[in-house]
Amino acid sequence: MSKSDHFDVLIIGAGHAGAQTAIALRQQKFEGTIGIVGDETEHPYERPPLSKDYFLGEKTFDRLLIRPESFWRERKVSLMLGHRAVSLDADARTIFLQDGAKIGYGDLVWAAGGRARRLSCPGFDLGGIHYVRTRADVDALLEDAEAATRVAVIGGGYIGLEAAASLSKLGKAVTLFETADRLLARVAGAPISHFYADAHRRRGVAVLTSINIVEVLGEQDRVFAVRSDHHTFPCDLVIVGIGIIPESEVLAKGGAKVENGVWVDAHGATSLPHVYAAGDCAAGESQFADGARLRIESVQNANDTATSVASSIMGAPRPYAATPWFWSNQFDLKLQTVGLCTGHDEAVVRGDPETESFSVIYLKQGRVIALDCVNNVKDYVQGRKLVELGLSPALSAIVDSDIPLKNLLPPTA
Amino acid sequence: MTILHVTNRDGDIREIDAPDGRSLMETLRNAGYDEIEALCGGSCACATCHVYVDGEVASRLQPMSEDENDLLDAAEDRNERSRLSCQIKLSAGLSGLKITIAPES
Ligand SMILES: Cc1cc2nc3c(=O)[nH]c(=O)nc-3n(C[C@H](O)[C@H](O)[C@H](O)COP(=O)(O)OP(=O)(O)OC[C@H]3O[C@@H](n4cnc5c(N)ncnc54)[C@H](O)[C@@H]3O)c2cc1C
Ligand code: FES
Repeated sequence: MSKSDHFDVLIIGAGHAGAQTAIALRQQKFEGTIGIVGDETEHPYERPPLSKDYFLGEKTFDRLLIRPESFWRERKVSLMLGHRAVSLDADARTIFLQDGAKIGYGDLVWAAGGRARRLSCPGFDLGGIHYVRTRADVDALLEDAEAATRVAVIGGGYIGLEAAASLSKLGKAVTLFETADRLLARVAGAPISHFYADAHRRRGVAVLTSINIVEVLGEQDRVFAVRSDHHTFPCDLVIVGIGIIPESEVLAKGGAKVENGVWVDAHGATSLPHVYAAGDCAAGESQFADGARLRIESVQNANDTATSVASSIMGAPRPYAATPWFWSNQFDLKLQTVGLCTGHDEAVVRGDPETESFSVIYLKQGRVIALDCVNNVKDYVQGRKLVELGLSPALSAIVDSDIPLKNLLPPTA
Repeated sequence: MTILHVTNRDGDIREIDAPDGRSLMETLRNAGYDEIEALCGGSCACATCHVYVDGEVASRLQPMSEDENDLLDAAEDRNERSRLSCQIKLSAGLSGLKITIAPES
């Protein structure tokens, strides 16, 4: 590795947001030097397939690369992989790496994402416990899963559900445990939670809600069961999907305003001069949540916040205003989300969940703020405009799946 | 090898060799067309891999699935030549296909 000790733009994190910052800068004809420091050893790759096609062996790793390796050379983006940034001196505009090297910058982009939240109960460090955040995580998991027959998945969020679906497709007996009284409690409304619980059960996954795993039991350093307050569930592999912790400590220690992520303004600027943040680690005010400050964990958000940061660095700021969207694939179920359902006061079901093709429309004081569409691309595409325009169609029209959502738009939209 | 004629957003035309068995989206991405964002990685969930297809061989393409057709409605500048490049699997029979990358939406 040849390491220049100064870059005009230095990006920390070679994930979706870091890669897109560099891509967007070059697209916008940035001519200065660009360096990316990433602690994983791989070239920037797509994370979503880790719990889906890659997990299932349907896609090899090279097909996950966000750009081919040659791209970074051609665009003159220096990748410093396998290196971790450990501290920041914002006055001296310098980043320090774990190996002691220091790198100066003109502008810094913090795109360090998040790390999987670890189990903290007794037995947390036994062999056979796995996380699903990086390629290394999944490779280790898959190797260990080969001999496993009974898998406990802890956490009923998207990652847990996707991992459960994939493991079940690989022929494992899967039990999924969720502490809350429903799945996806943090990110979706009750009708979606109930649908996914039923859909997983129909496909052979045991879904248990309102169950708190308080201990992982093992012998000879290897898990053999998980335990709740009342029951013990035998298993030979544990997958933990209980959310992420934003990677923001370096910035916090460096003086940036940090609270559940690095605070950014509409242009991706942090509270420190010449320091920007994008992706999973950044917390900005969202016009799709009535101005509430939040962190969004999605490829769309990583990509679009990164593009916005690139524009700011180019001196042609374009405030971040992209409509949030997200997808999740589990078995043959394709979920597509548009908008943010945070703060909804009504979750209206459109169509029949029994058919496994339907939508949930989230309203706040009658206004459409988000849609979750299961195997229903039409509603997803047409509902997007309802969210963007903040429309308040009649409930009777919303629930009638014979009326295309586009018919609810005003004639000019 | 499958030869494709690709027009980028600046109007520059280039011929590229496409390996068999990959999608058109992956082929364009690997050939350095950074205009193809392909945010969902080919899951038919984002419509950021929109292209126009032309030429005699275009008629030999597999027809669109209902999902692709519905999702394309999310793309601005959709026309009768529009396709989502991640949904096109390349094979030797498609040599000569003309592709134009759709404008940014
Ligand atoms: C299994 C899985 C499935 C997912 N599925 C979907 C999906 O279907 N749809 C969707 O929209 N989103 C999905 N997501 C979420 C999506 O992948 C993330 O929102 C996205 O990766 C965020 O991009 P990022 O660049 O902010 O962070 P990351 O992609 O996490 O990249 C951050 C990088 O920075 C590195 N890093 C951290 N700290 C340092 C440091 N101090 N020094 C150097 N490097 C550092 C990290 O190791 C990492 O490589 C999924 C995520 C996972 C894990
Ligand atoms: S890559 Fe997302 S639809 Fe083609």
